[in-house]
Amino acid sequence: MEHTADVGIIVHGADLAELFANAGAGMFALMADPDLIEEREERSIQVEARDRETLLVRWLTELLYYLDAQQMLFRRFQIDELTETRLRARGFGEAIDRDRHQLHCGVKAVTRHMLEIAPEDGGYQATVLFDI
Amino acid sequence: MARERKGILEKIDDWRWLLSQEYKPGMRVPGLVFASEAMLDVIGQDQAIEQVANVAFLPGIVKYSMAMPDIHWGYGFPIGGVAAMRVEDGVISPGGVGFDINCGTRILRTNLTEEEVRPRLKDLMNQIFRDIPAGLGGSGLLRVSLKEIDEVLVKGVRWALEQEYAWPEDLAAIEGGGALSGANPDKVSRRAKERGGPQLGTIGSGNHFLEVQVVDQVYEREAAEVMGISGPGQVLAFIHTGSRGLGHQTCQDFLDVMEEAAERYGIHLPDKQLACAPINSREGQDYLGGMTAAANFAFCNRQLIAHWTRAVFQRVFGRDAREDLGMFVVYDVAHNIAKIERHRLDGREITVCVHRKGATRAFPPGHPDVSAKYQKIGQPVLVPGDMGRYSYIAVGTEQAMSETWGSTCHGAGRMMSRHAAKRSLKGVDIAQRLAERGIYVRAQDRGSLAEEASEAYKDVAEVVDVLDRAGISRKVCRMRPMGVVKG
Repeated sequence: MEHTADVGIIVHGADLAELFANAGAGMFALMADPDLIEEREERSIQVEARDRETLLVRWLTELLYYLDAQQMLFRRFQIDELTETRLRARGFGEAIDRDRHQLHCGVKAVTRHMLEIAPEDGGYQATVLFDI
Repeated sequence: MARERKGILEKIDDWRWLLSQEYKPGMRVPGLVFASEAMLDVIGQDQAIEQVANVAFLPGIVKYSMAMPDIHWGYGFPIGGVAAMRVEDGVISPGGVGFDINCGTRILRTNLTEEEVRPRLKDLMNQIFRDIPAGLGGSGLLRVSLKEIDEVLVKGVRWALEQEYAWPEDLAAIEGGGALSGANPDKVSRRAKERGGPQLGTIGSGNHFLEVQVVDQVYEREAAEVMGISGPGQVLAFIHTGSRGLGHQTCQDFLDVMEEAAERYGIHLPDKQLACAPINSREGQDYLGGMTAAANFAFCNRQLIAHWTRAVFQRVFGRDAREDLGMFVVYDVAHNIAKIERHRLDGREITVCVHRKGATRAFPPGHPDVSAKYQKIGQPVLVPGDMGRYSYIAVGTEQAMSETWGSTCHGAGRMMSRHAAKRSLKGVDIAQRLAERGIYVRAQDRGSLAEEASEAYKDVAEVVDVLDRAGISRKVCRMRPMGVVKG
């Protein structure tokens, strides 16, 4: 996905839970090589929002919080509960090791630019643009 | 497509293009784009002009929705946009400031020449790269508590001065003295403070950088001398960064608040990302207080980076940063900010909220908000280019005051997406290519350097020239990079 200023991802999922998990993994894949991230730590994450698009933005923003505040790189997510307005999940990964991880540009923020979660054959799709 | 969008704009003169208010029903004012005819082809390639039209929908907007020549596609507001809203009935919008609140630039002068620095350039850049955190996961050298962050949010660079990370004369060389009034740390969430805390004194990634540059052209000798720049060959340090995670989270928090507020106040928006609230509403005042606090955090962030830059120069050259190297701040200016300012319109004084989203304040000589040192020449404007070409220093003018709410451009402006740049430069070793031209680059991720290569940007010379000829900001000098630190 391209925007003159920044980059984005097109995410697919067989269901909404998979879509949310894949969006998280996709965002981290922009910042670091996932194959080099080990699942040494776990974080429990809970977010609420008034609709599912806002929920997706809040979910990804919450992951950026763990990145900035605790240096966490996530490799995988387990979605434990998901409704239109509420998400409970666990993220697995480890703190940044600048010698071992292949790091790229950081994501500053998750934008609402053209953001829409839409049904597609066999599941859902969303396009998410990031401010880099 | 490009032709079509270009056709929408009506030529006023060689540097000014009008976007008619008739272009989209709902526009409250016309659009005004500063550009040369040649630049319009590039500007027309993305949605930026559409965004200029959308901003014109916002309640209370006065005169024009403006765009500088470095305009490109942003989120809601175009990057390179300027819009002023009447305080009485206008709105304030987080999208008109951006995620990186008070992203901005700072220049330190030195007494060093290119000949003196060249033999030590690699040592210098390596030491900067070691001592000043850049890139993803680069934690600051300070450990600050939440209580200390609250102090930073209110005091900005004055906090740094108390902690001996600043020289007393630094404050007068920073927009608003490095501590804007009206900051409300209670309107910055705990999450935002926790994100930003470990990052105080870090450069970050993306287009942020620290460059060692050399002056190669001087256009206005007298103004340059006031800035402590004596002529070609003099070495400067150029810092470009903002409020890090603290600002990003503050913007994100308020986008949610404003989306609901806009609905409640019945404000019709052509794009959700223009979410806003009346300046005088609770939501508007809360955002203004939180955004101003984040802006002070950014001034302090650049101050700490300047402090450690001085320390590195002192160490590498074995000379005192102050007495021998004369590493004073030339200026520090924000290019993502909203401020309540007094301006003149049709012979009357009005109070407006000026949104500068990728635009720099450019106040004229004699303006009370311009520090004493620059009263005669006008406020310095620092315009970064790309890492392979050059950057500029300019000064504000009376024309800017009367036409653009005292605002000018903020940089070169992207022309190519990050992906397109990477694709078109596949297999090119950017660091090697720059090294062949005497520019030494240190970056956390060499592979991402292509995203920041010259090809990805407009030529900043064209941007600065348009505004110089339009009388908005006058060129003072040009610098080319010698060393670059990127995230």
